[in-house]
Amino acid sequence: MKKLSFIVSALMVLSMFSCSSRPSETDIDEDEEISVQTLTVSDPDYYTRFKDKGISINVYNWGEYISTGADEGTLDVNGEFEKLTGIKVNYTNYATNEELYAKLKGGGAAYDVIIPSDYMISKMIKENLIQPLNMDNIPNFKYIMENFRNQAYDPANDYSVPYTWGTVGIIYDKTMIDIPPEEIDWDLLWNEDYADQILMFDNPRDAFAIAEIMSGYSINTEDPEELENAARKLTKQKKILQGYVMDEVFDKMGAGDALIAPYYAGDALTILEENEDLDFVVPDSGTNLFIDAMCIPTSARQKEAAEMYINFMCEPDIAFANIDYICYSTPHQAAFDMLDEDVRESHISYPDSQFIADKTAVFVNLSDEASLKMQNLWTEMKSAEDETTNRWLVPIFLIFCILLMIFVLIRRHIKAKKDIF
Amino acid sequence: MKLKYFSAPYLVWMVVFIVVPLIMIVYFAFTTDNGSFTMKYISDVGQYANIFVRSIWLSLIATAICLVIAYPVAFILSRMDKHKQGTMLMIVMLPMWMNFLLRTYAWMTILGNNGIINHILNIMGFESVRLINTSGAVVLGMVYNYLPFMILPLYSVMEKIDKSLFEAADDLGCSPVSTLFRVVIPLSMPGITSGITMVFVPAISTFIISRMLGGGSNLLIGDLIEMQFLGNAYNPHLGAAISLVLMVIILVIMTVMNQFDPDEQVLM
Repeated sequence: MKKLSFIVSALMVLSMFSCSSRPSETDIDEDEEISVQTLTVSDPDYYTRFKDKGISINVYNWGEYISTGADEGTLDVNGEFEKLTGIKVNYTNYATNEELYAKLKGGGAAYDVIIPSDYMISKMIKENLIQPLNMDNIPNFKYIMENFRNQAYDPANDYSVPYTWGTVGIIYDKTMIDIPPEEIDWDLLWNEDYADQILMFDNPRDAFAIAEIMSGYSINTEDPEELENAARKLTKQKKILQGYVMDEVFDKMGAGDALIAPYYAGDALTILEENEDLDFVVPDSGTNLFIDAMCIPTSARQKEAAEMYINFMCEPDIAFANIDYICYSTPHQAAFDMLDEDVRESHISYPDSQFIADKTAVFVNLSDEASLKMQNLWTEMKSAEDETTNRWLVPIFLIFCILLMIFVLIRRHIKAKKDIF
Repeated sequence: MKLKYFSAPYLVWMVVFIVVPLIMIVYFAFTTDNGSFTMKYISDVGQYANIFVRSIWLSLIATAICLVIAYPVAFILSRMDKHKQGTMLMIVMLPMWMNFLLRTYAWMTILGNNGIINHILNIMGFESVRLINTSGAVVLGMVYNYLPFMILPLYSVMEKIDKSLFEAADDLGCSPVSTLFRVVIPLSMPGITSGITMVFVPAISTFIISRMLGGGSNLLIGDLIEMQFLGNAYNPHLGAAISLVLMVIILVIMTVMNQFDPDEQVLM
């Protein structure tokens, strides 16, 4: 029986994957009646402008980053938007800011609403990939808390409407790790006692940030020497890591395949709900505070409909449904007021302002040289093996192969000539 | 003459979707952002020598294992009753109907530290073994996913070998072992070469298998190229250069391999 239940749980993990993460398209079942909450919007006339015009918008969002109505009692946000406005939402996911950037930069795909993070927003503004918003079409911007407006990445708040924010911390298995939570620091990720049980971010910016915090550098450092030191630290860590993951962390930590992983606070809380052996801690030595905000790419086809979608996401009821589902922290005053008291006072979701001011830092976009340096160090670190291979190995191999090919061709030619006679 | 008109759509297709992309890869590999000629990216590929070596090595191992497993399977399959053959072929193909990602993902749960294999080992009183996030797991993923591509060409060649050839070999005093080496293997050579091509080429450029089963630390060329286009290090020029080098390597290996083909009709 035990075995059977194990297989069932394995199957469940499998099926869980299919609804989490990965660039999979969320299909919206229009017949589904899940409006458990009656939705009130401030200005119904505003939303019905495009009704029956057959408009559709492409929304590109992080995985697990919206209330989909998949769990009972939650709101299907995209479905509600379609019902209300008659605009069809094509909803797709990405896993990293860089993936989003590559998609936009490469052209071809036209997205109407995207939700990049802070540093990516400033990069996109600089490269003209996103366009200024018409705030007259987004009256619900008024709900956004004062301290999340006009951030360094978008000083005049022309381009973005904050969606969520959060911090980075460590998820760990409290039954296996005998360290009191207040003593847990980033060096836990380098602890050799837990070799093979540690996961790490599979993107350079977050991974470097951790190494930089530990070394006492700024997480926005552009000093080549400091970057190299951080890379050395990461190379040292590679030996004891189980793997580099992004959204896979949900399954790996949820199933107890690993003991320690750094991740974003909101996702961490979702994982904690699945596996009660786990705990989450934001190290006192400092962390990265990220803000994800909704933007409209320059290549968008339906700007006004996109602004309508952004405004809809800022409706108090919708913002609350989303934040309640994804467990991230909200910059939306009305949604924040609707949350339970214990959530509002949780140190994980809403750390006190003193901690935020002293110990957290927001990413800003790095200069081209610094980010190229970071990329190169990252690839080098990931491909590093214990022994260094000669960089001329491949060219030599190629030349050898080409010579071999020429030899074969000549031999054939001679043979063919012989056959004629 | 009329045939020419019929082939026009295919010609257009080939030009648009095969020749043009190839030219674009070459163009990207040899130019900088502002379009001037450079050899920088091609020479930069040199620093990833170890990734190339590892990819070639792992896919060679996977291809060899596939061949060893598939050869007897294909032979037995081809000697079965006709109506059984259909069923067996379907069983071989069955996994391919399932999504590739899902199949690889299933291996993650099987091989995981708390996965099914380790679970069973624990029940039997053995220590857990580290299975996932090793190069072995990557090879396993390749073998599992590409095995049908080896079985099918081998099977279709062996099916055509006349049974009377074995009888003749037997009559003329050929032992089973030398029948294998003198009759079966020479006659199935075209199947072997096309099977190797069909396994080796996708295996060398795979990227998701190494990410899912290799834990992101067993980087292969496919991952490297993916990183340049969709991933963290956005650099299409370097990505194109790596792809170009990879294409040349595959082309060269294939040319060398085709020398074993008795027909000699394929030059490259």
